[in-house]
Amino acid sequence: MERPLTINIHPGQPPLNLKEYESVGGYAAVRKAVTNLTPQEVQQLVQESNLKGRGGAGFNTGFKWSFVPMGPDAPTTKYLIANADEMEPGTFKDRLLLEGNPHQLIEGMIIAAYAIQANIAYVFLRWAYKKAAELITKGIQEAYAKGYLGKNILGSPFSLDMYLHTGVGRYMCGEETALLNALEGKRATPRAKPPFPQVSGLFGKPTIVNNVETFCCVPHIINNGAAWFKSLSYSEDGGTKLYGVSGKVKRPGAWELPMGITMRELIEEHAGGMKNGYRLKGVLPGGASTDFLTDKHLDIKLDFKSVSAAGSRLGTGTMIVMDDATCPVGFVHNLQHFFAQESCGWCTPCREGLPWVEKILWSIENGNGREEDMELLQMHTRLLGPGNTFCALAPGAMEPLQSAIKYFGDDFLTHIKEKKCPYQ
Amino acid sequence: MLQESEILAIEHELTLVPHKSAAVIEALKIVQQHRGWVSDEAVAAIATHLDMSPAAVDSIATFYNLIFRKPVGRHVILLCDSISCYVMGYKTLYAALQKQLNIRFGETTPDQRFTLLPNACLGCCDHAPALMIDANLHTDVTVEQLETLLEKYV
Repeated sequence: MERPLTINIHPGQPPLNLKEYESVGGYAAVRKAVTNLTPQEVQQLVQESNLKGRGGAGFNTGFKWSFVPMGPDAPTTKYLIANADEMEPGTFKDRLLLEGNPHQLIEGMIIAAYAIQANIAYVFLRWAYKKAAELITKGIQEAYAKGYLGKNILGSPFSLDMYLHTGVGRYMCGEETALLNALEGKRATPRAKPPFPQVSGLFGKPTIVNNVETFCCVPHIINNGAAWFKSLSYSEDGGTKLYGVSGKVKRPGAWELPMGITMRELIEEHAGGMKNGYRLKGVLPGGASTDFLTDKHLDIKLDFKSVSAAGSRLGTGTMIVMDDATCPVGFVHNLQHFFAQESCGWCTPCREGLPWVEKILWSIENGNGREEDMELLQMHTRLLGPGNTFCALAPGAMEPLQSAIKYFGDDFLTHIKEKKCPYQ
Repeated sequence: MLQESEILAIEHELTLVPHKSAAVIEALKIVQQHRGWVSDEAVAAIATHLDMSPAAVDSIATFYNLIFRKPVGRHVILLCDSISCYVMGYKTLYAALQKQLNIRFGETTPDQRFTLLPNACLGCCDHAPALMIDANLHTDVTVEQLETLLEKYV
């Protein structure tokens, strides 16, 4: 079983420096791209590989790039940004790639920048990832010194500058257009689309924002081809995927596995199953803003389409397991507290609705719930759902709530009837 | 008034952006690095330096949770209160911290040693519960370890 993204990552040891990275084939893909391939050929190759964005939306990466204006009439400044603001609760996969092999990210970004002919690249990194900040800073310096960054990369006409930007908090910075506002020194509120960032992004210039894991796939696609990348997967989405499991399992962690393995294999084999004395009650398959699945869904394939068909989303591919000793109302309250706190306040349904939801859940959890509260919660899942808000934060927040009511509704009612949390 | 070293660092950031106000977050970070927090006077000084209104600078300073608009202690404890840490028992850790330091979230010990703040997911959910003290990450933290852990920060 091939695992190209993590084969050179050895937890507990420092990551490869530039020379070591080159000795295992690193930066060969940059050389191949800038000296042998046209930008359009790189875009085509990535599109054919069916690499889908690993930040959660699952959009074809090469197709996303194809909307950037190219040719002599295109703006002379274009931007490429790595979204390394990993803040989706329960998600810890990009940390592994950032700390484990920073040059792989830098290489993927250089190739992607070449594909859209961007001349400025940013790594937008969250504040908390201190070790990654240090390693990326060093990696960028090494890449400049070796001529992989800067003017006329490897003697070609292509030039690229790369900078590290560290954030100062707020989940909203992970939303593509809010990230652009944060980079421009503004509050991280979302922008209206269209115009899409590919046409008018950072400082009004064409911009591509991709997730860290997405960029890390790119050098391997260039080196080994689109057919090889597709062959890594058990499903129609190309490549491997970094899956993670947290909660009361025997071996929480993250693993690079073929796209489309089953949830059962991930949780029972790789994470070692539940800790003794605990039963699996629910799973958020891709971070805090995905719908619950239950033990009935263990045999679904973990790819974008199959998880959607089961009523949730693959999201970031890092699962949070809820055990039978954890109160579902308390669990969902914790999620809604997070979303209410992180709402940027830009649009009314999200700003006003989420704190209301949080308070209702707190009442129920503390034995002060009323039966009509269930209707109120249902109403919010509709009013804060897709189409009613400016960005995906509130609709994402409603996903675990609506599915918790669907699967664990009895737990809510027991709280209301017994006027206390039965789990305490 | 901004100090000379602060001005130098801000001037460097200004060379990287197309217009002045785009450097405001960097300017806030620089001032906080120098002083530990960002006072009303500092907000006004940054505003003057970047041709912005103090209100515009403050709207940004108060939006981002890791810009401190109140003085903090010598060490800042950020306790993860997100979902994986919730499942793995961050509330027990919070109770122990409250007892040991006699402060709640948002407060600073009277000797100015620690400020305690909640923080959204720190991205190490496979080693929950987790907390950061200053720039250091601590994972799989147990109540028993807390006392020894805090001793390192004087």
